[in-house]
Amino acid sequence: MRRLKWLGSAATSVALGAAVLGMFGGGEAAAQGKQLTLCWAAWDPANALVELGKDFTKQSGIEMKYEFVPWTSYADRFLNELNSHGKLCDLLIGDSQWIGGAAENKWYVKLNDFFDKEHISMDDFVPATVVGYSEWPKNTPNYWALPAMADAVGWTYRKDWFSRPEIQSAFKAKYGRDLAPPKTYDELKQVGEFFQGREIDGKKVYGAYIFTERGSEGITMGVTNALYNYGFSYDNPKKPYQMQGIVNSPEAAKGLEFYKELYKCCTAPGMTNAYMQEGLDAFKSGQVAMQMNWFAFFPGLYKDPNVGGDKIGFFVNPAGPKGHFTQLGGQGISVVATSEHKDDALAYIKWFAQPTVQQRWWQLGGYSALKAVVDAPDFPKSAAFAPQFLESMGIVKDFWAEPSYAQLLLDMQKRVHDYVVADKGTSQQALDLLVKDWTKVFKEQGKDVASQ
Amino acid sequence: MSTIIHPDHAAMTGAGEVALSQPMKHVRGLSDRTIAWLFVAPTIALLLAINIFPLVWMIRLSFTNLNLSMSYLPLRFIGLDNFTDILGDEDVWFRLQTTARFVLWSVALEMVIGFGLALLIKRQFRGHSFWTTIILLPMMLSPAVVGNFWTLLLQPQIGPFNHFISLLTGVPASSFSMTGEVVLAPWTIVLVDTWMWTPYVMLICLAGLRSIPDYIYEAAEVDRASAWRQFWSITLPMTVPFLMLAVLFRAIENFKMFDMVNLLTSGGPGSTTELVSITLKRAAFEKWRTGYSSALAIILFVTVFGAANIYVKALNKVKQR
Amino acid sequence: MTAAAAKSTAHSIVEASPRSRAVAGSLVILYAVITLLPMVWIVATAFKSQSDAIAYPPKVLFEPTLEGYVNLFTVRTRQTADFIAKLPPPSTWYDVIVRKHDMVIAGPSKVVPRFVNSLIIGFGSTFLAVFLGTLAAYAFSRFRIPLADDLLFFILSTRMMPPVAVAIPIYLMYRQLNLTDTRLGMILLYTAVNVSLAVWLLKGFIDEIPREYEEAALVDGYTRLQALRKVVLPQAVTGIAATAIFCLIFSWNEYAFAVLLTSGEAQTMPPFIPFIIGEGGQDWPAVAAATTLFVVPIVLFTVLLRKHLLRGITFGAVRK
Repeated sequence: MRRLKWLGSAATSVALGAAVLGMFGGGEAAAQGKQLTLCWAAWDPANALVELGKDFTKQSGIEMKYEFVPWTSYADRFLNELNSHGKLCDLLIGDSQWIGGAAENKWYVKLNDFFDKEHISMDDFVPATVVGYSEWPKNTPNYWALPAMADAVGWTYRKDWFSRPEIQSAFKAKYGRDLAPPKTYDELKQVGEFFQGREIDGKKVYGAYIFTERGSEGITMGVTNALYNYGFSYDNPKKPYQMQGIVNSPEAAKGLEFYKELYKCCTAPGMTNAYMQEGLDAFKSGQVAMQMNWFAFFPGLYKDPNVGGDKIGFFVNPAGPKGHFTQLGGQGISVVATSEHKDDALAYIKWFAQPTVQQRWWQLGGYSALKAVVDAPDFPKSAAFAPQFLESMGIVKDFWAEPSYAQLLLDMQKRVHDYVVADKGTSQQALDLLVKDWTKVFKEQGKDVASQ
Repeated sequence: MSTIIHPDHAAMTGAGEVALSQPMKHVRGLSDRTIAWLFVAPTIALLLAINIFPLVWMIRLSFTNLNLSMSYLPLRFIGLDNFTDILGDEDVWFRLQTTARFVLWSVALEMVIGFGLALLIKRQFRGHSFWTTIILLPMMLSPAVVGNFWTLLLQPQIGPFNHFISLLTGVPASSFSMTGEVVLAPWTIVLVDTWMWTPYVMLICLAGLRSIPDYIYEAAEVDRASAWRQFWSITLPMTVPFLMLAVLFRAIENFKMFDMVNLLTSGGPGSTTELVSITLKRAAFEKWRTGYSSALAIILFVTVFGAANIYVKALNKVKQR
Repeated sequence: MTAAAAKSTAHSIVEASPRSRAVAGSLVILYAVITLLPMVWIVATAFKSQSDAIAYPPKVLFEPTLEGYVNLFTVRTRQTADFIAKLPPPSTWYDVIVRKHDMVIAGPSKVVPRFVNSLIIGFGSTFLAVFLGTLAAYAFSRFRIPLADDLLFFILSTRMMPPVAVAIPIYLMYRQLNLTDTRLGMILLYTAVNVSLAVWLLKGFIDEIPREYEEAALVDGYTRLQALRKVVLPQAVTGIAATAIFCLIFSWNEYAFAVLLTSGEAQTMPPFIPFIIGEGGQDWPAVAAATTLFVVPIVLFTVLLRKHLLRGITFGAVRK
């Protein structure tokens, strides 16, 4: 009893103190000097940005704080933040597909006037990134972000394995051609099958690593690479939002089927819910011959002591029977409308847009979208993956960037994961259901999709 | 000794209450009526502000088309459309079935193991109190943290779980994935939940067992009833109210389950382990369909409230026997 | 109730045979050991290096290191070996650990503010819930309040809602009131959720305190409030402690509200721990270290108060 009493009074005083502190003590230490919080995903390029930002602080005296969130909860968390009119972020490097919602809901500050005033021209940036990261409505000169991080899906492979004579001859004996980084999806599958289960340096290795994550955007960002190249489109180019027979065309169904075959034939067991990180782990630990992943990671991989340097090679997403595209990634940087430091945030963007800063951004491991950087004659030689990056940025396609993007994405995640990983139904059925889901979403959004 | 009371009945134990109408004798200071209201008011005010008002607001929203990611669209009242939409959606029914299966199996396993453990612990072996405390540990953890950490434990290549199973059965460790396979994943969430909450059931069962007076067993001994017989005719019937209570609490909790499963499987593979709370979270906070998800929330609330009420009635009947 | 309580001290006469006790004991111990394994793994992982933590096959024996704890409390940046060679020699043991991996400490991580949030929100809401709950429970127990039954049952039913469902209107409301991501908002929310449990449990405890004591005090010229403070509260200490621990367990471990309604300023540990990342993915040793540290206070409290556990977990339905 005595102990209880003592405990009780101790707990009470702690609690009282805590409650008082919590209610009247306010937030974390009030900012002494000027401070900006920049929000982005937690990945290699973010570390490069921190490094880069030190120069900004030196020049302006504005201290930079960062809020980096893992990719699997990035959209979830920051869309919640925008929607709740939170004040956590002053600057947000938001995903390309958020632009529609952010513009329509006025979550971002419109940058046209600022660009005009500071003589920042969108013509100086790679066209695909301007359309992808900055414009809403698409293909109109309404800018809500500055292209910050150009990115696309690409592939890495084990150059050292590909160049071993015994492996080369075994491949040639089996397929009657030389072992080389695949140029088409059929070749990709052949190479995958060839490596799958093969014993290399006493370790069992697997063919390829591909995206299969369920919770956020993983499997969609993977499967679209195959879909585009098999003839899938989001809607009828002549009739916006008309999806019947386009999204679920027989060609698209074949593309989806191909992705599943690739998943079944050539990936490591247990890769049922894998995204960027699992891919990096698998590749770095020497488990796979080929890896699908974002270009953003390639600088880090190239520097990896075990699989980097001479041992790693890069190739562009292979072509399919109906075309050659790759999934666009990357983000623009925007000023959050509820920020209390908008002027400082704009000053950061102004600083960031300078060609010298952009050049350094690329050197540190970020991907600049500035033409002056990427169109420079020595750019292709500046990194092992630079030529593939340039080629990829010329053939990118992006997912829907509509305000209802999250619904469209979650529907696709579900339908595709159900089919590819959970073995539910056929690819045609999966896409038919997807058309149904998407039609409903667009109707709710007030779009005219009835006329199909 | 332990007794079970039901909420409804507890409130009625009003014997000896100081009636407010009665003129108070010589009490100084504030009148009793004032004190009563002063004491209850803050709680009621808080509940009104944080529970009732939002609930009423949610009911209103459930008749609208509100979508927070498109809040610039005009707010329209669409009658019962959200409700008919949900009830006519076979996916929602699948999610409810998934939830029901999860609740059923996890509660069943927890009951069997928890009751078994309670029977064993009741034998008062040496050190039983220490080991009981050890067993309780999993239920002290945060479900979200548990769900997150089990993803590592269950990882086929680097997690210890598969290697442990492999040691026992000889099945190669990386040949199966507990969270990734359609057949295994539903059992995995049951397994982790059982690991976490069996101690809770055990505690309630223990209380039940300790509530049985010894003289009943003594009488049974005199009658030379076998241990088996004693179990079926004394132990089980007398602990049934406690068991039913444990079922009630666990079932409600698991019907609400979100955190642990969301972090463990995020509903996958496909939608194999997507419990209805995960569906609700996706609808409300990822798709931002506020109107629709309000309707779904109300349907869930009515379901759990209705089921709990029916169950409590049954529980009271058992107790009155 | 009193008749039942009198029996509680009776000792079992029908005792189990030594052999059956031994069997029971070994079975329970076997279960306890199996159930403990995952937790041992967590504690052990906190002392592994990053590569040992994700070794294939998993490592049971490893060289312990404090890397996980260091990583948990710091933010580090990778530097070139040349850069590090040029630095002055490491001044602290944690600098030594970090530099082994070609990194330097760039500053403290967010774990301390998050832990402080957990403490403030957890204890603050527990205190408020118990405080309000005691007052309301006393009133419900001693005075006749119109519609008391309905009110009490309604109070309880608020705990049957899935938290995600409750969060929908709260999210909208907090957005309007600027309470999103504030400690005050979280304290109010957790208090509201906990106060139902608190009223419910405490009413049971106070019901058991004979009202004759109070009436005697009133006759002696105490006011109601004095009688409450000097007579009732001291006898309810056990009940209040038991109630507090359950309120605390809830608000300490709560995830759904926290992840939906907080992002920075008021974020607590449960939504923070799963997203501790290092270079190359989830930093498992740091996650394990955070998990271990996070669970210590609650386990200590629980062990101290384990006798009162039962009442709390059953909403007071089981009385001992």
